[in-house]
Amino acid sequence: MAVTTGKPFVETNRVIGPGQTYAKIDDSVLSPVLLDVQRTPRWWWIGFGISLAFLAMYLTSIVHLITTGIGIFGNNIPVAWGMPIINFVWWIGIGHAGTLISAALLLFRQPWRTTINRFAEAMTIFAVVCAGLYPILHLGRPWVFYWLLPYPNTYGLFPQFRSPLDWDLFAIGTYASVSVLFWFIGLIPDMASLRDRAKLPFQRLLYGVLCLGWTGSAKEWQRYQRAYLLLAALSFPLVLSVHSTIAMDFAVAQVPGWNNTIMPPYFVAGAVFAGFAMVLILAIPLRRAFGLENLITMRHLDNSAKLMLATGMIVVYGYLLEIFIAWYSGVEFERYMIWNRMFGDHAQFFWALILCNFVAIQPLWLRSVRQSPIGLFIISIIVSVGMWLERFVIIAVSLTKDFLPSSWGDYVSTFWDWALYLGSFGLFSTLFFLFIRLLPSIATAETKETAYHYSHHKIDPYEDIRAEVFQEVSA
Amino acid sequence: MSMTTVGEPGHMTRPQRPLHGVAAQFGTVDDLMAAAERVRDAGYTRTDAYTPFPVEDLDEALGMKPTRIGWIVLAAGVLGGLGGFFMQWWANTSYYPLIIGGKPLNSWPNWIVIMYELTILSAAFTAGLGMILRNGLPRAYHPIFNTPGFEGASRDKFFIAIEARDPQFDLRRTTAFLESLGPERVSEVEA
Repeated sequence: MAVTTGKPFVETNRVIGPGQTYAKIDDSVLSPVLLDVQRTPRWWWIGFGISLAFLAMYLTSIVHLITTGIGIFGNNIPVAWGMPIINFVWWIGIGHAGTLISAALLLFRQPWRTTINRFAEAMTIFAVVCAGLYPILHLGRPWVFYWLLPYPNTYGLFPQFRSPLDWDLFAIGTYASVSVLFWFIGLIPDMASLRDRAKLPFQRLLYGVLCLGWTGSAKEWQRYQRAYLLLAALSFPLVLSVHSTIAMDFAVAQVPGWNNTIMPPYFVAGAVFAGFAMVLILAIPLRRAFGLENLITMRHLDNSAKLMLATGMIVVYGYLLEIFIAWYSGVEFERYMIWNRMFGDHAQFFWALILCNFVAIQPLWLRSVRQSPIGLFIISIIVSVGMWLERFVIIAVSLTKDFLPSSWGDYVSTFWDWALYLGSFGLFSTLFFLFIRLLPSIATAETKETAYHYSHHKIDPYEDIRAEVFQEVSA
Repeated sequence: MSMTTVGEPGHMTRPQRPLHGVAAQFGTVDDLMAAAERVRDAGYTRTDAYTPFPVEDLDEALGMKPTRIGWIVLAAGVLGGLGGFFMQWWANTSYYPLIIGGKPLNSWPNWIVIMYELTILSAAFTAGLGMILRNGLPRAYHPIFNTPGFEGASRDKFFIAIEARDPQFDLRRTTAFLESLGPERVSEVEA
């Protein structure tokens, strides 16, 4: 299935596998992109075809939604926020790991970020696209979504700036556009590389235009690096604010189970948790398919797994604190909400969530599990399911039984809820398949810089010690 | 501008065209850094280096001034934040005053999130687009691409160019000087 000859490789715990040169890094990353269309590997066509099928389901659901109305969803009163908002929060959370890798790890000078930041940023953007469409589709009249924006209009109206729902619009709008900008700026030097390597006229034109005429001069790099650092410094607080703002959609409301000050940090941790799970879900097949095991090494998988474990345990702390606060508040509605969550009609979802987000991540304490791509892949999928269940429990289960028993209700999702949700995977994976075919999935310029630093300065003083202690395992 | 050809054996004679400068190609970062310092110390000012990845301190080695993009970004961020405040203040107190939740019209704590996001939005776009525009991008043509083997500058080669508009530029002397720095090759670059 791999593009490469399928030669045996040796797994390594170094950030960059041994024996790399600048030219080798270029070749291993850029040659799959520059392949002739006819030589596109078969696995790509199969994956892309399946993605397109799901995308068709997504578009069908949207057409049905717009022509019929949101009555096709399971939403009701009292559960006015059903799967569209659950899926919105789920998707946007996934994006957060990408920004964290590209921005926070850059600021903390973590050299291992360089080979995984590109596709993680792509993941961010595509997840934000999937997420951002949900609230718009959920509006009822999606074609007038621009009423949310403050613009001069003949109605003399302005959006309600005191509402967290409007804060959301600004947070997600800023997040989406800054993420695209950050990604594009990172791509410029690599597109210049592609321009210089490309043979086909179409590729020369595409990458020649997209690289904007980049020469790689010292003055260009000087401004580039400053701008990139500033973008990272701006993106880091931005990513923290985005999920905090989404958490405030809930925390500012009075619904038991929502009105809780722990929500913003707890949501951010959950987002990073789900995001690293998705990074692993994408990285493990990607490195295998493109033969990039020397650039996306066991070190990256191991570190991502550690971050997943750490943020997962913060999320578990959030679950415990929710229970404690419900009891400590002395409010009977809060206490009932927790009782209902743990032992009520939908209790199975709560316990499934504990199983997925708490029990399933415990093996990550073991190094042998963190060194097993298959094990990490399975755990990451379980975590993704768990994080969806978490949003279901917070959003739908809290709304079913809030204050007055006379206004309690139930929530049952419909066919179209699931068609739109599964279809959104099609949108995500279609974009991702196009990305890995048309753009370099690893930032080559940054990887070369890291390789240079490793050969000259040993930026990671523990690198040699680790290489000795950690047995390099053959796969 | 000197228009004589370099009197080297094997050097092609061709119709003279305006010259952008002379470029030297190096195979390693260390050779490039040593050469850059000597180019600077020799008093050349219209110079630039071309590398496949950012090389630390290369700008200083070539005697470049630090970039001022940080100050522009700071100003844009402050303006974005203030703009966000006044947009909400004006809309909520003058243009469409509406009392929500018993709060005063000038209930600024509610506006912090949008101010924060607009600060980041304007600062980030100023950083990104500012870098692109101040670097003269998008650019349809740059004479440095006429350098033979310049496609290596995005792969594994490192170039230093001394431009013909440098006051000290003299084709013969500058070429000889660059050749003394131990390059892999030295080429004339047509404009």
